[in-house]
Parts: sequence; C-alpha cells; structure tokens
Amino acid sequence: MVGVIRRRARRQRLLRWVILTGLGVFFLLPLLAMVEFTTRGAGGTLSLETWRLLVDWPRLSETYPDLSVGIAASFGLVVLTALLMLVLLVPTVIWVRLRLPRLHRVVEFLCLLPLTIPAIVLVVGLAPVYAWVTYFLGGSPLTLTFAYTVLVLPYAYRALDAGLSAIDVRTLSEAARSLGAGWVTVMWRVVLPNIRSAVLSAAFLTVALVLGEFTIASLLSRVNLQVAINLLGKSSATMSVAVSLAALLLAFVLLLLLSLVGRGRHRTATKELS
Amino acid sequence: MSTLTHPADPAAKAPGVRTRPHRGPSLRRARSLLGVVPFFAFVAVFLAIPTLVVVAGAFTSDDAGFTLDNLTALGNGYVVNAFVRSVLLSAGTALIGAVLGGLLAYALVTAREGGLLRRVVSAACGVLAQFGGVTLAFAFIATLGLSGFVTVFLRDRLGVDIYAGGVWLFELPGLALVYTYFQVPLMVIVFLPALDGVRPQWREAADSLGGSTWQYWRMIGGPLLAPAFLGSTLLLFANAFSAYATAAALVSQGSPIAPLQIRSALTSEVVLGQQNLGKAMALGMVLVVAVVMGLYALLQRRTARWLG
Repeated sequence: MVGVIRRRARRQRLLRWVILTGLGVFFLLPLLAMVEFTTRGAGGTLSLETWRLLVDWPRLSETYPDLSVGIAASFGLVVLTALLMLVLLVPTVIWVRLRLPRLHRVVEFLCLLPLTIPAIVLVVGLAPVYAWVTYFLGGSPLTLTFAYTVLVLPYAYRALDAGLSAIDVRTLSEAARSLGAGWVTVMWRVVLPNIRSAVLSAAFLTVALVLGEFTIASLLSRVNLQVAINLLGKSSATMSVAVSLAALLLAFVLLLLLSLVGRGRHRTATKELS
Repeated sequence: MSTLTHPADPAAKAPGVRTRPHRGPSLRRARSLLGVVPFFAFVAVFLAIPTLVVVAGAFTSDDAGFTLDNLTALGNGYVVNAFVRSVLLSAGTALIGAVLGGLLAYALVTAREGGLLRRVVSAACGVLAQFGGVTLAFAFIATLGLSGFVTVFLRDRLGVDIYAGGVWLFELPGLALVYTYFQVPLMVIVFLPALDGVRPQWREAADSLGGSTWQYWRMIGGPLLAPAFLGSTLLLFANAFSAYATAAALVSQGSPIAPLQIRSALTSEVVLGQQNLGKAMALGMVLVVAVVMGLYALLQRRTARWLG
C-alpha cells in the first residue's frame, strides 16, 4: 500500500512538471517577448529608454498626454468605484441579512445579473443613460464609476456574501442590540470588523477589474488606461506594450496580495473551529 | 469569476427568532425597507434601465412604433455569419481551454495546498483570465506581430516566415490564439475548487478494493468531475462569447464576430430603418449567454452534490 502511494506520488510529480513546463512556456513566452520588445534598441542593442520614460511622469505626460490622462483617470476610477461599491453593497447585504431575509434572493439575483449581460450589451443600454449622466455631471471619465460599479457587483457580492455566511450575523447583532447598540453601531463596529477580509477581497477584485476595463470606456468615448493603451498602439507600439506589461504586473501583485488576505481568513476560521 | 460557489446561508434559513413584540409591524417594515432604497435605486438606473433599453429597443422601429423588423434583420447573411463565427470561436477556445486548463488544474491540485507554486500560479491565472483583452492583445503583438520577438527570431535565425500565407494574427486565427491564452487560466480558476473537493479517501477506497488507476478515473473520478468539467466549459464559452476588448484591439478590418458587429452598429453611420439593429443583436447575445449560464447553474447544482 505504502509502495503504491509512493510510486503514485512520484508519477504525479513527473506529470505535474511536464504539464507545468509545457504550459509555462506557452504562457511565459508572450511576457518575455514583451520585455524583449520594449528593451529593443537601434541595431540590436539593449535600450531601457521606454521604461525610463514610463517612470518619469512629467516627461511621460508631455510626450504622451493621452496616456497620462488615461492612467490618472483609471486610478481615480479605481478609488471611486471601490468606494461606491462598498458604500452601496456592504450596508445593503448586512441589512438584508438582519432585517429583510426575504429580499435575500432578489438582491442576489440582481447582483449576479451582470454576469449574463456582456459588457458590449450593457454599453448599448447604457448609452442613453449616460446621455443624462453627461448632462448632469459632464463628460469626465470619472463618471464611468457608475457603470463599473455595476460590472463589479457579481464579484463583490460573492466575496461579501461568503464573508457574511462564515459568521453568525444574527447572534452578533442581537448580542450588540441587547447591550444597547444602535443599528449603525452594529454595522460599523460589530459586523464590519468581522468581515474585514471579505471587504478587502471585494475591494481588490474591484481594483483589478477597473484597471482592466476597456469595452464600456471605449464605446462611451471616455479615455481610461486601456483605451489609452489601445490608442497609443497605433503610434507607438513599444510604449503601449510597456504599459501593458506594467499593468499586468501590477494586477498580478494585487491578486497575490489578495490570496494572502484569503489565507489569513482561512487560518482564523480553522483556529476558531478548534 | 473566482469564487463560484454559493455557500449555504445559515442565517436566512434559520427560523425567524423574533424576541421583541411588534410595535406597528407595517411601519417597522417600511422603515426597514428604507435601508435598501439606495441599492435598489442604483440598480434600477444603471442595470434595469439599460436592460430594458436593449429589450424594448429590439422591438422598436425608427418611428418609435412596435416592429419585428429588427429581429428579422438578424437573419441577414452578415449577422448570421458573425454569430456563427462567434459561436465557433467561443466553442473551439472553450474546448481547448477546458482540456489544457483541466490538466493544469490537476497538476496544481497534486501540489501542496497553500504552497508557493499554487499561490503564484493562481494569482497569475487570475490576472490573465480577468485582466482585460487589450493588454493581452499587445502581448501577442510583441510576440507574433510583424516585428514581434518570435516572428523576428524565426525569420532571422531559422528562415521560417510564419506569415507566408498572410498575416493571420489580426484575423480569426489570431483571435483564437489570444482567446486560448485567457481561457486556460479561467478554466484553472473555475475547475480547481471541484478538484479540491475530490477526497483522497475515495482513491484509497478504490485502491483497497483492488481498483486500477484507469478504473478509478473511469468509474469514480470521471463521473464525479464530469458535471463540473462540463459546467466550467460552458462558463468558458460564455466568457469568450462576451469578450470584446481583445477583438477590438486586434482586428482592424471588418467585423467578423458578433461583438464587433454591435460596435459597428453603434459607431458607424446609421443605415435607414436599422437604428435598432444593434439592440436586436445585443438581445441575441444576451439570449445565448443566458441559456449557457442557465445550463451552467444546473450543472453547478449537480456538482455541489458531491464536490461542494
């Protein structure tokens, strides 16, 4: 029996490395190509000019004004969308769980609905709505916050819902209420600290999604990071490849952090069980 | 689409424990409802209205009357062709992605849980699967574009011209390649939880009864994982079918697939009598995705029976 298991473990290890190497080449090759492409100088030499320009903000915004506008807009959108998502969703899901359990299914359905509506379809319907948004708030790219909040609803909702399912919200809130706490105190000081990691992961997912969004911004004629990369591709392919790679790396670091946050939650959960 | 499980909800299912007496129950309920007004107002304006605009627009003629012309216009050759190409592209990349991604997920699951390898590969998969098609399109332009790394290497060192038969990167074959590049990681993300649900005890039970590896996979592992595998494939299909950014960044000529047709309906000069054709095509896309996601939900429930 032990022999069988040991032999199997060896076979699995071999298979694992064959698969990982094969697919690893396929997936790393484009990333390496991006590095090579952006460091290619005249006459086959190595040149870091593109990257030096990318980290030099004043010179960058002078050389590629569209790009710097797009980067600034995307970072603004990240902050605003994360805030709007949290303000809108966190109190609602907690409130529904505590006071309106019958609405749970409805809220879940609405939050998951954007999954079945492709962004390209959503933008068709959003066009007339955004005519009004432009009328009231102007044509700033930051107005995309509303559309992006809709896009992140499914992911944020799942993260928050999973976090809330892991704790006994009702008992916590009844304990707090019986000690004289108001609803605001219950939410802010009792429930929220208990779902901190769920809130964090919802926020991280929002960041990654907003930084990568192209469809809606492009078709509503607003410049964000991805739209700027695409525009730039026509004039300076090297720079847009460099920005693409930087954006991919940034998102990778964010998701790696997210997995660490998730692990922290897992560990506390097992600790509580034992 | 990283967390696709719907954990059971203990709070909602617990019998309602109401300790305090009801003081004007209808008033209290009305006050409770106030708490969800902002959420519902937001969803109404930015989700419900756009959906209604698409649905109503598909049945509206240019002079605002009811018509089925937009839907019949979907039967036009170029629209049908675009949808067929979209379906084929999505189905093909979903299958390739499901097989390769399934293998990769299996390789990961045999590695130590919570180990560095798994965490790094998971994060990388998350980025590649969800982080926008434009950056990936440019990754492939740097790799296989006319002056891309691989193109130049093959041409100068090995004398192979990959574009002897035309530059296929900016057409459907190129799209298929880049789509595969984000489908495989998505498969890893959605299939990994199911593989994690397979208990080593089942394998040990099969071993102790004298079952071979082949028998284990054919009679236990295979049937258990089949619904999850099929469901994940459907999700990959929906993902590719809805994708727009990659195609918009890569394809410069024509509108070979449905999302690009919608773009041209939105941005180009409106053909008389077809103002709402774009909305009809959008409705068509929603219907396809809704059917696929419905099937996915059914399979997901089937999966949860054993692997939840």
